[in-house]
Amino acid sequence: MSYHAGARVRVRTGDPDHHTRVPRYVRGHTGEVLAVLGRWTLPDDSARGLQPPRVEACYAVRFSASDLWGSGDHTVTVDLWESYLDRA
Amino acid sequence: MTGHDEHSAAVRARRLEERLIAAGLASDEEIDEYLTGLYANASPVNGARMAARAWTDADYRDLLLSDGNAAAAELGFDGLSYQLRVIANTPETHNVIVCTLCSCYPVSLLGPSPGWYKSFAYRSRTVREPREVLAEFGLHLPDSVHVSVWDSTSEARYMVLPMRPAGTAGRTADELTALVTRNGLIGTAPV
Repeated sequence: MSYHAGARVRVRTGDPDHHTRVPRYVRGHTGEVLAVLGRWTLPDDSARGLQPPRVEACYAVRFSASDLWGSGDHTVTVDLWESYLDRA
Repeated sequence: MTGHDEHSAAVRARRLEERLIAAGLASDEEIDEYLTGLYANASPVNGARMAARAWTDADYRDLLLSDGNAAAAELGFDGLSYQLRVIANTPETHNVIVCTLCSCYPVSLLGPSPGWYKSFAYRSRTVREPREVLAEFGLHLPDSVHVSVWDSTSEARYMVLPMRPAGTAGRTADELTALVTRNGLIGTAPV
């Protein structure tokens, strides 16, 4: 699975007991892929010393403040690895 | 903020250093040496030079916005340890950078990050109410300007390209560089 710019994606809702780079405030929310940044080591794996760590595409995903907070007219763009996301 | 240590970033950093030293993973001398190297050439003048060049050279501006690392290298800042993404302010959109998870930031181009950038207040409020945060910095944006917040959660580091101030035609590159502030490159000041 990979996403192109413009794809709608939903952030998975899990709350792992290990290090992750998913900010809590975007969990379960839907955003739009702005760009594919590259393929990088998944921090969840490298922080736990898993060998080999997964290497995945990382995306800049844009969310609207009204979706995240119920108010506000700004947008927030968050960088998220592939396994944090599902197609919306 | 339950579950978070409310001490200052410096206190928390020192505790982490002490844990590393106690575990035999690093010594005080090694940490000092690393930090000295990290900060030896780190200065907001670096990012300011890139912004000023982009104001006067359309090709460089295109490069800066499409391949930040290549644009940095062209001014001698090569070997960045991160992917540099530069976001341009426009009359319609103002950009601001935050790292909600920690305090990620392009240190080599902006210099050591200011204390407020690492504060819980800046990190939690910027994604929630950026207009209010920017107003507290003295940057009052009209409602017609869209605010775009960038949360640095990956290996990418973000820098804002401010708009060139009006009335600066004919200025030299050095004069333009002197107009650019660290806060302008973070997005908490207009330039």
